[in-house]
This record gives sequence, structure tokens and C-alpha cells, in this order.
Amino acid sequence: MKQSYSLNVNGTVHKIEADEDMPLLYALRDDLGLNNPHFGCGLAQCGACTVHVDGQPVRSCITPVSSVGDSKVVTLAGLGSPDKPHPLQAAYVEEQVPQCGYCINGWIMTAAAFLRDKKKPTDDEIKSALQGLKCRCGTHMGILRAVKRAATMMG
Amino acid sequence: MTKIEKPANFSRRALLKAGGALVVSIGAPVTFDFAQADDAMSTQTMGAAATSVAIKPALTPDQLSSYIAVNADGTIAAYFGKMDMGHGIAVAIAQMVAEELDAPFSSVKMFMGDTATSVNQGGASGSTGIEDGGKQMRLAAAEARRVLVEMAADKLGVPSDQLTVRDAVVYAKAEPAKKVAYAELVGGRYFNVLLAWNGKIGNPLLAPGKAKPKDPKDYRVVGQPIKREDVAPRVFAQLDFVTDVKVPGMVHGRMIRPPVAGAVPVKIDETSINDIPGAKVVSNQGFLGVVADKEWDAIKAMRQLKVEWSDVKPPFPEKTSAIYDYIRNSPVRKKEVGGKTVGDVEVAFKSAARAIEAEYEWPFQSHASMGPACAVVDVKDDQVTIWTGSQKPHYTRDGVAAILGVAPEKVHAMWIPGPGSYGRNDAGDAAMDAALLSKAVGKPVRLQYMRDQATGWDPKGPASIHRARAAIDASGKVIAYEFMSKGLPRVDVNSNESQPHDTLAGQLTGVALKSGDGFAVPQESYGFDNKYTYWETVPPLLDRGSPLRTSHLRDPVGPQIHFASESFMDEVAAELKLDPIAFRLQYVRDPRDIAVIKAAAEKANWQSRPSPRKDQSGNKVSGRGFAYVQRGPTRVAIVAEVDIDRTTGKIWARKFTVAHDCGQIINPDGLRLAIEGNVVQGVSRTLWEEVKFNAKAVTSVDWMTYPILDITEMPETIEAVLIDHPEIAPSGAGEPSTRPVAAAIANAVFDATGVRIRRVPFSPDNVKSALS
Repeated sequence: MKQSYSLNVNGTVHKIEADEDMPLLYALRDDLGLNNPHFGCGLAQCGACTVHVDGQPVRSCITPVSSVGDSKVVTLAGLGSPDKPHPLQAAYVEEQVPQCGYCINGWIMTAAAFLRDKKKPTDDEIKSALQGLKCRCGTHMGILRAVKRAATMMG
Repeated sequence: MTKIEKPANFSRRALLKAGGALVVSIGAPVTFDFAQADDAMSTQTMGAAATSVAIKPALTPDQLSSYIAVNADGTIAAYFGKMDMGHGIAVAIAQMVAEELDAPFSSVKMFMGDTATSVNQGGASGSTGIEDGGKQMRLAAAEARRVLVEMAADKLGVPSDQLTVRDAVVYAKAEPAKKVAYAELVGGRYFNVLLAWNGKIGNPLLAPGKAKPKDPKDYRVVGQPIKREDVAPRVFAQLDFVTDVKVPGMVHGRMIRPPVAGAVPVKIDETSINDIPGAKVVSNQGFLGVVADKEWDAIKAMRQLKVEWSDVKPPFPEKTSAIYDYIRNSPVRKKEVGGKTVGDVEVAFKSAARAIEAEYEWPFQSHASMGPACAVVDVKDDQVTIWTGSQKPHYTRDGVAAILGVAPEKVHAMWIPGPGSYGRNDAGDAAMDAALLSKAVGKPVRLQYMRDQATGWDPKGPASIHRARAAIDASGKVIAYEFMSKGLPRVDVNSNESQPHDTLAGQLTGVALKSGDGFAVPQESYGFDNKYTYWETVPPLLDRGSPLRTSHLRDPVGPQIHFASESFMDEVAAELKLDPIAFRLQYVRDPRDIAVIKAAAEKANWQSRPSPRKDQSGNKVSGRGFAYVQRGPTRVAIVAEVDIDRTTGKIWARKFTVAHDCGQIINPDGLRLAIEGNVVQGVSRTLWEEVKFNAKAVTSVDWMTYPILDITEMPETIEAVLIDHPEIAPSGAGEPSTRPVAAAIANAVFDATGVRIRRVPFSPDNVKSALS
């Protein structure tokens, strides 16, 4: 049974019709036509679908669209732009982190929330904040370098 | 404009105009279309003397215009029949092209993996992006420079040997005011120059011109650490993956796989999805899929459709570990001697003072790409269009043409970056499945697999056993060495999807099977007096539509073979109470091999002593291990330093020192990052990865049941020593550094604990039981 929902995504409100149990991911990709986040597992095991909901990283692949309400959804594209990059985006470019790049949403969106709340983190704190996210290409060395670089940029 | 060009939109005609307009924008026909390729051939024949033409010659491997074009605005288009799957070779190829043309690096635009703009150079394949693909692009660029200088000689009235080129402008050496830019010479027109094509397509394609590439001492661009330009679009979500392709009228597809491998649908209750808008079933023998207008509806239909499956005998052993007995006890399907046989091993063993023998085991592994494969296919009566993440879009075109029964010329395949690759993963199957779905429903279909299908149903890296033995004489000299691999073949399905029998769609719709075969032997230069290395393959467990069918996974069969061979070298060294590196250096013959071994040892500050360590007690122990390999012309030596907690069985592969020699280095930073990724993925495969199954099905279906390395387990340090040989042709770097990782870890574990683990993965449970 489809219902109407208003979604606030990257500062714009969109109206969609969807099943209440449809994950937010499909609203963002299929209804709103965004090319981020990505479907990786549909099981909240990898992070490729991560977005911010009211500033907190959530796995949109298991978040029912009916649970989002008035919350503000921010995707990777809403985090920063080439003109105004988020420090993590700038650091990712500087460190040339990704290979295939499909996992980026998980790492950057999760790390962005973490670095906002935690200044000058240690390596172990960063790793533990990012635990569970997947990168199949094995770019972990670059990811850690980029998060550390961004942490420095963010003071 | 980014370095990596892609179609502005997804209509074929628009693509051709976009691609073509780059070179025909001034003073040339704007109605350029592919059909005119034939006309261009006749133009060329009639006006054979012209070195440039307005209409693009046929896209054939013997045409310079198939690789290089100079645009009216001075930019240079490089049409590459391979792709950059994430290692940054787009930058490296552009560097090689810019170098040979003496053009600014920033002026080179790469077009990759599009059957409408590039010839089949083999796609991403076996670390040959630079080794084979770059070689051809270098030759083509050098020839383009030669032709341009000849044209400039005519135009300037100066002999070509008195001309020089800087930043895409040809100057008279003696009179720099006499000059002409490439763009003025040929911009807006196509080269009309034939190359000496060797008649091959794919990796071995070679089509040199008359020009000789530059002397490396003159390089200005090659060897520089230039960054990728496709990173920023990825982090700002401005780059579409194949999963993001949307075309008008597109519907969404999902496939349904059987609960017992080999079962086929016998009854499908299509009314069970009647309540889902637009949902349709597509079935043909074992092939079963659904489509719906919305993606979520397709997923619901996939889950909701009631299907009765045929009753088949479960095809697999009840337990995953039983695969090794299956391999041991199975009849040999094919045997081949590999490497160089020296002397007579049997005779030498009879005279030996002692013999050392060991057996190693390696499990099935999955590509487990970051996202399940996706393809969009639009089958129309007169034209088929494919958007694919496959490593081999030219072969995807051929496979889709074959399964649909249409001419390959009517099929256009475009590579769009996919969610990870590492070999023949599920991408090739997705394109074929999507083609059948699109044909059935008469609309463009976007198909993405689900996670359980990506990990559970991709072609697997083969499981294998490896047996090695060495004969030692009374003085402690190794007088004979024998090594055997026995396993599932490296390719039940070929490493590309050009034939329907090599795809699930083909096998499930009854195309007769034609399984590939083969394995390999270690690549090294141990100069033992008697040496014999060979491989054997065994029949597959299920001969069609199998979730355990094998194909290429990063460094196909390399990690398993060299896990065994380089573990065994350590076992022999330990038996002889020799330092593992000193032992190897007694026998390694190739000077470049010796150099990488020494470079790794020196950088890692290797202290000479036999393994295992004798100075540790308690539950937390550390060790160091070494391994060295060749992979084609590339050599890698690696030192692993690991920490082990004996109570948990947990291994931390803490530090790697990698010495890497792939001949001439095109881009040192790109190479360093490729090595890091290879090592981390190698650690993951060594410590965690094993495709599990029961009698009925693969049970490794997600990241819980197919765990990979977590960031909390990543190495602390990966240090690379890059050995540059500008005078030696560049060879592959996309895979070789994956190859020695497992053995180096195994040898470090032995050094730390005195226990030799001969079966991968070294998961905590496995290590704990090995140590107890």
C-alpha cells in the first residue's frame, strides 16, 4: 500500500509515493534520482548506502522511508562540493584514496559525523569509529591517512 | 573536463556525435555516424596518400585513428581498449601518450572501454593495462608524432630531422619562429595512417607504426607522480557508476537463483506477484527473473514469487573442508608440466640423504565485489545497447550478440565504472542476464544482483591442494625439487563473457557447455639441479549453473600456488636451520630476482637467523616472514611482520615491506597505491576468506558469512621499495604484489610460533586449533 512522504534531502523537500517498508535508499536513488548513496548489501553490513539523518550516519538500505519523518537527510553530495569541499572530501582527493570508489559514502559520511564530535582522535579511535565499514579494494591505508588529514584540517 | 571522458548522455547517436565532434568540429561533416565507417575505408583507399581525412576511418586495429586523434582545440583523444578499474592506469596511459607526442599531459583525454570508440585491446586483464595496453598506446602516440612532424616538414618547408616538438607545437630547431601546432596540422581531421597490426585482438594486439618510441632518458612526463582526476568526481558524487545509469523507459530487473544448486523451476505461480505494479516474470528453462517499474517493486517481486524447483541431488560435499579430499581423490582431468624441467627428480630423490615433503590447501574465494554487479541493457530490433561494469566490454558485446543471435556490429557496449572488479566477477553475468530480460520485456532493463547473489553466485577463485617435496644431500644441498598443484580448473567459465557457455544466462538456457581448463606452476628462478613442476585439474562438482564454477580472481591461481611454494621454501630453510632469505639467495638465479630480494631484506632491516624464533614465551608473540615471486616479467619480494595472540588465535599482519620491480615505472604514486591495495586485499584473503557451502548451496552469502579484513585489523605500515628500470619495458603491477602475501604471513606465523599452518584462511578459530 503506497503512501505519500515528504523527504528533506540536502535542503530540498521532495514528495514521493512509496510503500512504508521501502528503505530510504530506494527513495533517494530511484525516486529522487541521486547517484549516491549506493546499494552494497541491503543488510547494513557494509556502509555503501550511508547518509546522515539529522547529523547521524545511518544505513539507508535498512531504514524504512516511513521512519524518516521531518528529519534532515544529507547525502555525500550534500556534504560538500568542489567549491566548498568537506575536509574529508578534500583529504580524499589529496590522498587519492579510492580505487573503485563504491564504498566512499560509508567511510566519508561515517567519518564526517565522527570528526565533528571528536577532535584530535588517535589512530585507534578512528579505526574503531569506522569498524565494520567495508572496502573491498583494500584502500584502508589511504582511508586512514585521509581521515587523519581531515582531522588535522578540522582542528 | 576530466581526464576520463565518458558519454554526455546515454544515447548511442549522441555518444558518437560527442566522441566524434571532438575531432570533426571544424570544417568537417557533423553528420558523422558509425555507418560511415565503411565509406571512410573507400575514401582511404582512393586517397591513400592523405595522412588525414575528414571522416573517421573504420574502427579497426590497423588504423592510427583508432587510438589517437588531435582535436581542433589542440586536445588529444586517446581511445583505449582497456580500462582503469581503480589502479589509476588512465593516468599512466595518458602520461605515456603525452610523452611520446611531446604534448602537455593536461591535453590528453582518455576514452576507455567503449566499443564505439576503441578497439578490443582485451579490457582489464591480467595486469596488462600498461604492459600490453600501454605498449600499444605508446607505439600509436609515437607514430602520431612522427606523422605530425612529417606534415609539419611539408608545411614549414623544413626537413623533419631539423624539427623538434614542444607542447604539441612543431618548431624548426634552428629557427624557432618557424612553428606549427598539432591542431593546425590535423585538428578536426582524423589520421589516415595504417599500422602494422599483428592480426590479433585482445591483450596480444600490437600495431606499431614506423616510429621508434622515445629514449627513456628524454622522459619528462613518464615517471612523474601525477594524480588521478577521477577521484574528485567520485568524492563529490559527480561520477555515475554503472548502477546509476538511467535511460528513458527503463525498468528494473532481479534474478532468482535456485535454493539447491542445479535445480530448475518446474512451476511458477505468476499470480503470486499480481499485487506488485508492473511486475512480470521472465523465465526460460533454468533462467528466472522478474522486472518491475520501480526497483523496490522488483525486489519485492523477487522475494514474493512462488516457485517450485526441481528435485535434484545436492551436488556438493556436506562440509566445506571436504573439498580437499574431493580434489585429492578425484581423477585427473588434465595434467600439464610447467616451468623448466631440469634433470631427473626421481633419480635424485633415490640418492638423497633426506627428503622434505608438505601439502598445502587453499579454499574457494569470492570476488565479493563491494556492490553486486549491475548492467543496463536496451534490446531494440535494430540495435542493442549495453552499459556494463565488466572488465571486458568488447567481449560483453560479443557475448550479448551471441546470446541474442544478432550481429556484434548491432551491439554497442560501454564500460561504466562498476562496484569493484578483481577479475571475472559477476559483472559479465549481469550483462547477459539483463540482455535476456530486456529482450523478453521489450524495454531497457537495469539489473542489479542482491548481496547473496554477488557473493554466493559469482565465479569463484578455485580451491586447490599443492604438494611439494625437496631432496637434500648429505652436505645440506637441495638436489631436487618437485611441486604439484591439483585443483578445480582456473576457468570453468572463461575470463570473459564472449561466449554464452561461459555465463550463467547461457548455461541456464541450455547452451552446451565447453569448460575451460588449466592451472599453473610457481614462477621463480630457483636453480635446483633437478626440478619438476606440474599441475593437474579435477572435474567440477556441478557441471552447469554452479555457484562454485571457477574463473579469474585477482592474480588467478597465483596466491594459492605461491602460498604453497614459498611456504615450502621456508620449510626447507627451517629444516636446514638456515636463514630463509640466505637460503633462497643460494638458489635464486635471476639477477632482478636477487635484487628485489635484497632490497626488501635491506629495507626491512632483516636480521639473518633461522626460523622459528626461540626467544619468546607467553601468549603474545611476534614473527617475521619472507616470500618472493615473479609474475610475468614483474618481481616482488615481501617481508611480513606479524603479531599473534595465542589465546584468541588472532593474527595482526602489522607491517609489510615490499620490494617491487615492474621494469620502467610510469607513475610511482599510482604504483605505490596499487601495491597497498594488493597487500591489504592479500591479507584479507589470507586471514579471512573462504567460500563456505553445504551439500545444497553456497552459504557464504554476505559480509558476515564471507568476512573480509576490517579496518581495525589493517596493517600499521606498508612500505614499498620501487625499483625503477627505465630501460626495461614496463610490466604489470595490478596483481603481482597480491601473490606473495599469504606465504609471507604463513612464514611469519611459523617464525613466531614454530607452528606451520598449511591451510588458508588463518582465521582466529583455525589458528587457535593449529596452535593447540
